[in-house]
Amino acid sequence: MYHMQLGLVDYAIMVIYFLFVLGIGWALKRYMKTSSDFFMSGRSIPAWITGLAFISTNLGALEVIGMGASGAKYGIATCHFYWVGAIPAMIFLGIFMMPFYYGSRARSVPEYLKLRFDEKTRGFNAFSFAMMTIFASGISMYAMALLMRTLLAWDFSFSIIMSAIIVLIYTFLGGLTSAIYNEVLQFFLIVAGFVPLVFLGLKDAGGWAGLQARLQTVSQASGYAPDAWSRSWHYMTSPTANPMGVEWFGMVMGLGFVLSFGYWCTNFLVVQRAMAADSMSAARRTPLIGAFPKMFIPILVILPGMMAIALTHQSGISGFALPQKGGAFDYDMAIPLMLGHYLPPGLLGLGITALMASFMSGMAGNVTAFNTVWTYDIYQSYISPNRSDQHYLWMGRMATIFGIVVSMGAAYLASQFNNLMDFLQLIFAFVNAPLFATFLLGMFWRRATGHGAFLGLLTGTVAAALHHGLTVPAGSLALIKGGWLGSVLHTYPSEMAQNFWTATCAWTACFVVTILVSLITSKKKTDEELKGLVYSLTPKPKAEETCWYNRPATLAVIVLAMTLVLNVIFW
Amino acid sequence: MGLDIRIPIGLMFTILGVLLTVYGVFSDKAIYQRSLGINVNLGWGVVMLAFGLVMLYLGRRGAKSA
Repeated sequence: MYHMQLGLVDYAIMVIYFLFVLGIGWALKRYMKTSSDFFMSGRSIPAWITGLAFISTNLGALEVIGMGASGAKYGIATCHFYWVGAIPAMIFLGIFMMPFYYGSRARSVPEYLKLRFDEKTRGFNAFSFAMMTIFASGISMYAMALLMRTLLAWDFSFSIIMSAIIVLIYTFLGGLTSAIYNEVLQFFLIVAGFVPLVFLGLKDAGGWAGLQARLQTVSQASGYAPDAWSRSWHYMTSPTANPMGVEWFGMVMGLGFVLSFGYWCTNFLVVQRAMAADSMSAARRTPLIGAFPKMFIPILVILPGMMAIALTHQSGISGFALPQKGGAFDYDMAIPLMLGHYLPPGLLGLGITALMASFMSGMAGNVTAFNTVWTYDIYQSYISPNRSDQHYLWMGRMATIFGIVVSMGAAYLASQFNNLMDFLQLIFAFVNAPLFATFLLGMFWRRATGHGAFLGLLTGTVAAALHHGLTVPAGSLALIKGGWLGSVLHTYPSEMAQNFWTATCAWTACFVVTILVSLITSKKKTDEELKGLVYSLTPKPKAEETCWYNRPATLAVIVLAMTLVLNVIFW
Repeated sequence: MGLDIRIPIGLMFTILGVLLTVYGVFSDKAIYQRSLGINVNLGWGVVMLAFGLVMLYLGRRGAKSA
C-alpha cells in the first residue's frame, strides 16, 4: 500500500554504489597475502578510518530504523542511547582498555580471554559470539528483504540473494579492510542521504521550535506533559512521567553502565575495528574519534522519527500517517516513509541506497568478526592447530562463504518463525549482559582467576535468565517478554525498564561470583604472563604523540565536555 | 593498506554529485512539490560534488607525499 516508485535516476545511484563496493573489494584483493592482512588489516589503518568504521559498523540499518522508531515512540529521550549509552563507554575503551587489547598479543577478544584467564572462558565467549554474529547477519538480511518487499515490491528471495552475493564478494576478496572501507563509504552515504531529509523535515515544521510545538500534541494525546517528547532528562524522575517508562537510576545503571560498556568495550564486532589501527595511539584514538560524529547521529536518525510522529498526529494537514500494525503504530516504518515523504526522485534513490548500504555493512561487519573468531579461536585452537598461515587465510575465506550461507538460512528461518528469532536474541542478551564484569575484573584486578571468570560468566547468564523469568513488563502476558518461570515477583513499568534491570542483575551476579571464586581458587598465571594484560602489571604507555589533538586524554576531555553540553541543551 | 580510501569515496561522490546536479537541472519541477518546492537534487548534488572533489584532492596529495 505504500509502495514507492523508483525511477531510472534512483536505480542508477544504486548501481553506482554497488559497483564501488565491489570495486573496493577487487582493488584490495592483491593486498591480502597473509592471514593477518585478511583478519586484522595487517594493523595498518589510520585512526580516522578506523574511528569512522568503529561507529559505522554499529550504524547498521537495524540501528537506523530502530532509533527512528524509538524517536517516534519515545521522543528525544532516545538520545540517551547515544549520550549515556555509548559515549562514556567509548571513552573508557579508548583510554583504559585499548592498551590491553592492542598491546597484548591477542588477535581477537576471545583470545584476550584465553591469555588473561583460561581456555574454557575463551571457548565460552568464542562459541557464543560466533553464533551471535551469524544470526545477527541473518536478521539484518531478513529485515532488509522485508523492507524492500514492503517499499519497492522486490521479491524476498531476490533481496536475500543479491545482498548475500555482494557482501560475499567484497568480504571474500578484501577481508576486514574491505569491510572497514565499505563502512566508511556507508557512513558518508548515510550522512549524504539523511541530511537533506532532516533539513526538509525541520524546514517544514518551522525549525526545532516548530517541531517542539507540534510534538506537544503527541505528548498530550499520549497522556504526558506537553514537552515530554522534546526533553531528554526532565521527566526521568519517575517511570510514569516519560514515554520510555524508566527512571534515571535504572537507565544510567542498566543502559549507561552495564549494556553500553558490555557492548562497546567487549564486543569484538566493534573492538576489531580499533585493533586494525596502525599504532597503539591510533587504536586508542579510534573510539574517541568515532565519538565526535556519534554524538550528532541522533540528528540524522532520531529526529526523523520525531518528525514522523508529529506529522502523524496532524495527518489532516500533512497527509502523512504511520501505518498501523496490530492496533499500534508500525514505528519501524518511520524512517523509510519519511524518505518517501520528503525526497524527490534522485535524492530518494540516494536515501534508499544509504539504507541498503547500512544493511549490507551490518552484515559484512558480522561476517568479518565471525570469520576471525572462527578461524583463530575455534578452528586454530580446537580443530586444526599448527598449520601454515596460508592455510588459515584459506580457512578465513571458507568461513566467509560458510558464514554467509548460514546467515541466509537464518534469514529464511526468521521469515518462518518470528518468535524463534526473538528467542535467540533473548538468549544472546543473557550471555552478553555479564561480560563487562569479567573484563573489568580481568583488566584491573590481577588476582581474578580463570575459574572465577568462567563461573562468574555462567552465573551472570543464569541470573539474567532467572530475573527475566520472574518479572514482566506492565501490560504484557506473552512468554517471550518474561515471567516464564510461573510466578511473577515484580512488574516493571515497561519492557525497557525490565531489560535494563535484567542487565544490571546479570552484571552484579557475575561481578560478585567472579570475586568470590577467584579468592578461593589459586592463581594459575604468573605475574610475568599477565604483563600487558592487567593494569597494575603493565608499564604505562608513553606519551608518543606530541601534538595536543592526537593525545587520547585530550580528545577524551573534549568529547566528554561536548556530550555534557548536549545533555544540558536538551535537558 | 595500499589503497587510499579517499580516492574511491571522492570518485563516488563526484559521480553521484554530477548525476544529481544534471538531473536537478533537467528534471520536471513538479517532482519538487514533495520537497517544499526546493530543487534539492541540484543544491545537494553540488554539495556532494564539492565534497567528492575535496576527497579526491586529499587522496591525491596523500599519494604524492607517501
